[in-house]
Amino acid sequence: MMLPDLGSLLGFSTEKIEKGDFILLSDRNADASFLINHFLSLYLRAGCKVCFLGLVQSFSHYSAVALRLGVNLVQAREQGQLVFLEGLKDSVGQLLQQGPDSEAYPMGFLRGSQTDLRSLFRFVQRSVGGAGEWSPSILLVDDLSVLLSLGVSVEAILDFSHYCRTTVCHQLQGNMVMLVRVGEDEDDEEGPELLLKALTHQCSLALSIQGLPTGYCRDIHGQVEVRWKERGPGAAGPGGALAQKKLLQYKVHDKGVSFFARGTSSAVL
Amino acid sequence: MNMAMSVSNTGERRSQQNTRPACNTTSFQKKSRSKLVSIPGTRPSVQNGQLIVSTGVTSLDYVIGGGLAVGTLLLVEEDKYDSYSRMLLKYFLAEGVVCGHHVFLGSARDPPDEIMQDLPAPILDDIPSNAVNMGQVTACDSEDQGSMKIAWRYQNLPKVQTALASSSRFGHYYDASKTMARELREAVKCSTFFLPHELPAESHAEPSPISEAYRLLLRSIQELIRQEGFDGTAPQKSRNILRIGLHSLGSPLWADDICCEEKPTQASSLTSFLYGLRALLRSSLCTCMVTVPSHLIQNRAIMDRVTRLCDTAIALESFRGSERETNPLYKDYHGLLHVKQTPHLNCLVCEAPDTKDLAFKLKRKQFSIEENGFDDYNDDNLVGRTLGPCSLPAWEELTAALKGIFYNMAHRC
Repeated sequence: MMLPDLGSLLGFSTEKIEKGDFILLSDRNADASFLINHFLSLYLRAGCKVCFLGLVQSFSHYSAVALRLGVNLVQAREQGQLVFLEGLKDSVGQLLQQGPDSEAYPMGFLRGSQTDLRSLFRFVQRSVGGAGEWSPSILLVDDLSVLLSLGVSVEAILDFSHYCRTTVCHQLQGNMVMLVRVGEDEDDEEGPELLLKALTHQCSLALSIQGLPTGYCRDIHGQVEVRWKERGPGAAGPGGALAQKKLLQYKVHDKGVSFFARGTSSAVL
Repeated sequence: MNMAMSVSNTGERRSQQNTRPACNTTSFQKKSRSKLVSIPGTRPSVQNGQLIVSTGVTSLDYVIGGGLAVGTLLLVEEDKYDSYSRMLLKYFLAEGVVCGHHVFLGSARDPPDEIMQDLPAPILDDIPSNAVNMGQVTACDSEDQGSMKIAWRYQNLPKVQTALASSSRFGHYYDASKTMARELREAVKCSTFFLPHELPAESHAEPSPISEAYRLLLRSIQELIRQEGFDGTAPQKSRNILRIGLHSLGSPLWADDICCEEKPTQASSLTSFLYGLRALLRSSLCTCMVTVPSHLIQNRAIMDRVTRLCDTAIALESFRGSERETNPLYKDYHGLLHVKQTPHLNCLVCEAPDTKDLAFKLKRKQFSIEENGFDDYNDDNLVGRTLGPCSLPAWEELTAALKGIFYNMAHRC
């Protein structure tokens, strides 16, 4: 069973959820979306109130994946545990400027009349607030870098993430998980790199997924670098640098993912 | 879904080229499940049960995992002279005509009618009679019980070539030297979008992430989907697939400057369009092939974003005009085909091909794609061929050691 693998890797469990965490997922030359699906099922199982901004895939895709991981998204949504924004659904209307222009539409930034992500943030605020039987509140974003493709500036995205972090992590003592996808070129000074650097500075846990540096391999899908900021009384160092680091390789299966130390994959041993 | 797979797919090779198992000669009728939408030219994928269509090139279907899933987008990065990518687009549209799908073609440079008139002719005498997968009536079930069984193979072939629109075979072959008959083409519905005719002379440009040209194209596709009911509003019996082919998106003729500038002013125009297109595709019975002249796009980050917004992405690299054209190692092929991305739809794991090292050759009756078999001899072709899982520290130590050796040597001289 693979889900405890991710949980045990990070020291998470469904019984005890850390509060106030900002987890940053990033990928370079690989696909980290399996991680966001794992986090979604982890938090739903733990009984948290989840707000999921699914900007790149349809709800049925996430639902089908979650079923394989053992969680029913449709049921969670009906019960009010999950608030799901299906970004694709309203996008065409906004892009073609059909319908009235109002701040009530979370994807309203696509119209071009807004320069920031205010309406999206208001949606998040409405969704995570309200104490109920589900707690703590979690915000998941898949993914943040697609906003760059939609013409949103890096500053606006950083503002948005800052507002979300203040609301979710500090005020509500919940967690926030965001996915950022960057391209291959590290020297590129474009949006994704800048975004990644700024968010890495703010986060408390960073998981970066990369393809294998030696090329494509069918049995190992890539490597993951996990970096923690130290918590606890001794953690307030200058700048709060990310202290611990772990480098592992992974392979994604139909129903989960397995992590292993480098050189110990089943393809080698 | 499981029943369909076990009945018709046992022992079936992924390449869809060999005959179906013997059960199609019995009168066994598979009970058609209500969830299975039996549209001609589609079938459920062996891997994950997704409804897929053929791209028109059977070897390309194999490479991308069986076929192109309905609701997804295939990106083809054009080769330098747009010769092979244009051919792929024509195969895609021709396959739509042969299967009876509704075809939509958008272009900014060549009038769509010219492209449509130049589609390759399907090779008809290769089609065996096999229809059990679609739940259609087989030869044995018809009223011709008393006719000669020797000729059963030809019974399902229409007497007139033009009645091919409802061919149930998945994936056809085409003769690139002949053009498709006009009657065949006119038997299917075809919608076109030609930018010079649609773009108004004066455009009142409101600030928007998407440009006027792409907005018109997106609206045109949206209207077509709504009118013809591809978004699910059409009755079940008359459901069909919409095949969208878009030629050379991102080129300057689409009023886009990502191919001209390194820091284009409309950097997010094409990507916003692709986002909207993805939204339309995911919610309707459509499939789309887009060709992009990626060799002209100077900003690598933009091409990465474009690739991520598509589902399947391949790139063609033709040898024509390069030094590889005369290289004896490459004489059997016309170019290389790179699989840049494969989608994972409704599942965690994506269909990973055995090798990403492929070469293609356009023959008269087939566009063949084969594994590159000569990289053992060719030093600069190691990308894609797996070197096996190396653990990172060993490699770093080795390079560090080498650097140390060269440094010492340099300082001793």
